[in-house]
Amino acid sequence: MTKIKSLADLKKKKEDLQSKIALREKSDTPEGRVLVKVAMATCGIASGSKEVMEYMVDELDKRNIDAIVTQTGCMGYCYAEPTIEVKLPDQEPVVYGYVDTRKADEIIEKYIRNQELVDGIIPVNYQTIEKDKEE
Amino acid sequence: MLVCAGTGCRASSSDMLYKNLNKELKEHDLQDDVQVVETGCFGFCEKGPIVKVIPDNTFYVSVTPEDAKEIVAEHALKGRQVERLLYVDPVNKKHISDSKGMGFYKKQIRIALRNCGLIDPESIDEYLAADGYEALGKVLSEMTPEEAIQEMIDSGLRGRGGGGFPTGVKWQIASKVEGDQKYVVCNADEGDPGAFMDRSILEGDPHSVLEAMVINGYCIGATKGLIYIRAEYPLAIERLKIAIRQAREYGLLGTDILGSGFDFDVEIRYGAGAFVCGEETALIHSMEGERGEPTFKPPFPAQSGYLGMPTNVNNVETFANIPVIYNKGAKWFASIGTEKSKGTKVFALAGKINNVGLIEVPMGITLREVIFEIGGGIKDGKKFRAVQTGGPSGGCLTDKHLDTPIDFDNLIEAGSMMGSGGMIVMDEDDCMVSVAKFYLDFTVEESCGKCSPCRVGNKRLYELLEKITQGKADKEDLDNLRNLSMVIRDTSLCGLGQTSPNPVLSTMDNFMEEYDAHVEDQRCPAGSCKELIRYEIIPENCVGCTACARNCPVNCIAGERKQLHTIDQSLCIKCNACFEKCKFNAVAIV
Repeated sequence: MTKIKSLADLKKKKEDLQSKIALREKSDTPEGRVLVKVAMATCGIASGSKEVMEYMVDELDKRNIDAIVTQTGCMGYCYAEPTIEVKLPDQEPVVYGYVDTRKADEIIEKYIRNQELVDGIIPVNYQTIEKDKEE
Repeated sequence: MLVCAGTGCRASSSDMLYKNLNKELKEHDLQDDVQVVETGCFGFCEKGPIVKVIPDNTFYVSVTPEDAKEIVAEHALKGRQVERLLYVDPVNKKHISDSKGMGFYKKQIRIALRNCGLIDPESIDEYLAADGYEALGKVLSEMTPEEAIQEMIDSGLRGRGGGGFPTGVKWQIASKVEGDQKYVVCNADEGDPGAFMDRSILEGDPHSVLEAMVINGYCIGATKGLIYIRAEYPLAIERLKIAIRQAREYGLLGTDILGSGFDFDVEIRYGAGAFVCGEETALIHSMEGERGEPTFKPPFPAQSGYLGMPTNVNNVETFANIPVIYNKGAKWFASIGTEKSKGTKVFALAGKINNVGLIEVPMGITLREVIFEIGGGIKDGKKFRAVQTGGPSGGCLTDKHLDTPIDFDNLIEAGSMMGSGGMIVMDEDDCMVSVAKFYLDFTVEESCGKCSPCRVGNKRLYELLEKITQGKADKEDLDNLRNLSMVIRDTSLCGLGQTSPNPVLSTMDNFMEEYDAHVEDQRCPAGSCKELIRYEIIPENCVGCTACARNCPVNCIAGERKQLHTIDQSLCIKCNACFEKCKFNAVAIV
């Protein structure tokens, strides 16, 4: 890895990374790439999120769905762990709670394949700093 | 259409509403075009049941099952909003049609938790893409240490570990002390029972803490950073190690950071999980390899800290706020919160509350909003009794405090404290004397034993509380309880002892009648003190189903099928099994 040597370097690196991520999220292929984030903090892992993550990785691959599965920290919905966030191309991300492998299967078949929402969505109820900027 | 199926909304028939919506859609032959989905809690239970229609973001509140007809006929069929069900802005009395303009989204603002659940904590690239290390770049290349400290003072950020000392002032003091080698210490020894925000930040966004530590080092002239973390947090430690390695590879830790000529590196130190090591002097001794015991302040760590050198100690959540302050400016940060407490605070909601979890709210929000809106109210529809804030050092607040804006000073005035942000909610079944005893049990266990008020005093306090819960105490014991509490508070060496009587004093102030009931009538109003309760069968309700007898672990319930059962009090161990198993309300706690 090359070192970042100045603020200008850092900003350039950030732009590169952001455009890479934007490209990944706004892919033009018909099915597009699906982004799945699994909450993998202690609370999530204790409730079985590791299993869900492995299941997601394996099953999406088996079912030939072009998706990226990544881990992330605690979303704050500890009562509903394991939680996962699914972002379909050009759509707002959706968070599902109480996800076990059965629920994960339903999410893959119904939501990811057919864009049909599944019970168990956790609505967003907070503001992020970015949203604040727009005001 | 998203229908809330959280406990709060379900209690007001959101399941019927869900069925009715589906039925109505079918009648209009719309079942293939409109989908009805049950969701988790919106955090707006006060106005439940909630229905949100997407994609136009219409937000209906207080919807009854009968309203399904109108919603389908008007909104789904004709595309017209049902105005009378829209949320009315409490200030300007206008109907709000797009939920994005609603105040309840503003109840939570994620600053410290901004990246938790958003980025991959094991990827520095994702952190960089989310403005990561930009604050560091800005500080190193555009600001002098004095300017950077001034920015911190202007932001009004106060220590999130519990003390609430202004962070900028702390930095300024440390920057002015001379020393050959200064240190920045991150306090990740999160010890309050029920609080886990520091762990979540380290697990979800470790780089934000590292970035802030480097900034802190630049400001006070320190080149070494230490993170003191509990060994019980293996995942947080692992992710921190990955983050440190990545930051070194990118040259964001090490020598000549971002071409500024400034050097800084971070090491991890493990704590064995003693509660007192969250106190900064004890923490420093523990890192030095000494016993984790506090020493008298002054000298403050800023004067003589780790290895006798000037040291600045800040908590994880405090650090997590810092990069944002430099990115968005002190003014922006100071615009959030109350006059003397700026920004947000992360709370760990736990106890008898529906939405257990981590929330981040602006200072000045009320307990009512936190518990009944974001938290989704009390479990099983029970009555709110008290909320314990500040962990074992805090106190219990009651319904008379529900509308007090939460900030550092108001909580202290109300007899509790902010602490690290644990919030344990209690309902009508919790005995407040037992709650006080529970916290005392914790402090007795965690007292380091250095000073006698804490070591001996707390033990005696615990014994007095035990006597009360057994119904063996008299009036004099209550006076002794209060007097001893004050002595411990006034004479202990460190924060642990000075605050350990708080749970006792605050419950005595707010729930004296419960103490009196235990002492005068040998009765526990909440029915939880085992020595003071008895299980009895109510003859009118007992149908003789034998459920209680079959589940009694000590076989102390006698009675034939379809005959009245009786409990042998001499054998009963008060395990509550019969009470839980009886479907006919025939077992009573008296």
